[in-house]
Amino acid sequence: MKVRVDQDKCQGHNRCYSLAPELFDVDDFGTAKELNDGVVPPGLEDKARLAVANCPEYAIELIED
Amino acid sequence: MAGIHPPVTDWATDFDHTDPVWAADPYPIWADIRASGCPVAHSERYGGVWLPTRHEDVSAIAYDTDHFTSQSVVVSEGRPMMPAPQGIAPPISSDPPFHHGARRLLLPAFSPKAVAVLEPFTRQYCNELLDAVEGKELVDGAVDYAQHIPVQVIAKMLGFPPEAADTFRMFVHNALEGVDLPVEKRIENFGLLDAYLRAQVDDHIANPRDDLTTFLLNAEMDGEPLNPEHVGGTIALLLIAGIDTTWSAIGASLWHLAKTPADRERLAAEPELLPFAVEEFLRAYAPVTMARLVKDDFEFNGCPMKANEWVLLPFPAANRDPEVFDNPDEVVIDRVENRHAAFGLGIHRCAGSNLARMEMQVAIEVWMDRFGDRFTLADPESVTWSGGQVRGPRQLPITVN
Ligand code: HEM
Ligand code: SF4
Repeated sequence: MKVRVDQDKCQGHNRCYSLAPELFDVDDFGTAKELNDGVVPPGLEDKARLAVANCPEYAIELIED
Repeated sequence: MAGIHPPVTDWATDFDHTDPVWAADPYPIWADIRASGCPVAHSERYGGVWLPTRHEDVSAIAYDTDHFTSQSVVVSEGRPMMPAPQGIAPPISSDPPFHHGARRLLLPAFSPKAVAVLEPFTRQYCNELLDAVEGKELVDGAVDYAQHIPVQVIAKMLGFPPEAADTFRMFVHNALEGVDLPVEKRIENFGLLDAYLRAQVDDHIANPRDDLTTFLLNAEMDGEPLNPEHVGGTIALLLIAGIDTTWSAIGASLWHLAKTPADRERLAAEPELLPFAVEEFLRAYAPVTMARLVKDDFEFNGCPMKANEWVLLPFPAANRDPEVFDNPDEVVIDRVENRHAAFGLGIHRCAGSNLARMEMQVAIEVWMDRFGDRFTLADPESVTWSGGQVRGPRQLPITVN
């Protein structure tokens, strides 16, 4: 499983970062970026889904294997 | 507040967001309009104002900076005097391309890391507020508690004297809840705010220090210092945008817990749910409705919008749209899927959202640490709500023990 942030859509609500800091980081301007090329380590799939389900801008894409 | 507008009799064609019925309970109004054949209502008041109620329409308008301007985001009888794209209080009143830079220079001060630094101060202050009511059986969650928290935090960030809290709150009230006043009165009120801020800014010019005011005075955009209207407007915005919004959000959260034993007991027993509960309170009781002005005549989803008409952006209504949220009128403190729009959508996303979330979280945590689940609404009838575009409890008597 992978996650990908569309930085054009991301407006820095920082929901992904607070729900799944293992998968996302945010810069000083609030823009999010996936960590580790977006690869979701085993066991963190639910956190990835949670981040997607809480992004108000629909900016996170989930790529299931 | 004694308004100058007659009471509303038909919400679909003559709505008024300052009507006491709206302040008391706007959700059925929005639900009726949303479910009607015409989910974007229109009223002739305020020189023409539109009201979208579906998430889809609210977000489409928030994203559409070509047809709608942010020059003024508070509906009133008048129209803004400061031209686009800077507007009176950048970045909230700014349009692209000016908006981007004006917003960007503010963001680092409100990043998750910057906000975390303010947490211990906030926690200590919340505790002091509760120490001050120690031993009382009746505590007003709004008057004794919620209203003070954001004022103190933003005063600290800006480097303003903490004892000026009451003065700030009066300004905020005037700016956001005084929309029903005649234009001349509003101008006079803004004059008072202006004079107060000027004194603070002059003091910072004479005595620079490590705070947000000095930062703004030294900040540059495109290699140029900010013009004085920009600095003053942004400082006014930070005061106005952060205070009664957060006060309302904290108050509404306490109101919900005080009237809902099951949620109160559950949160006391499972404090790890708090971050989810905070998001759910933000969704269900989102305090802020914004507005735009229509730039030129334009048809939006079949609605013939005229230049210079207002469009309300009721994020609280978007948050109750059954198309986006399951059981939208039910408060589910561990709701898993929650793409709520309490902090807006698109380029104007609340710059203070990380700060507001921290304040809400700390305020509720400190309250629950103190009272556990032993608090309850003293008298539901005596709770009062602010009207207009920022909605939250203004009197909230709670029995504690
Ligand atoms: C729960 C509390 C709060 C809520 C619900 C809230 C809500 C909002 C909303 C909906 C917007 C979007 C405006 C638009 O689309 O026109 C906004 C913008 C803004 N808010 Fe907040 N706000 C809160 C607290 C704060 C705090 C604490 C601050 C900072 C002190 C703040 C500063 C701002 C600023 C600077 C903007 C303008 C951003 C821009 O135009 O780029 N807000 N807020
Ligand atoms: S939740 Fe969405 S909008 Fe917010 S920072 Fe993450 S990707 Fe960006």
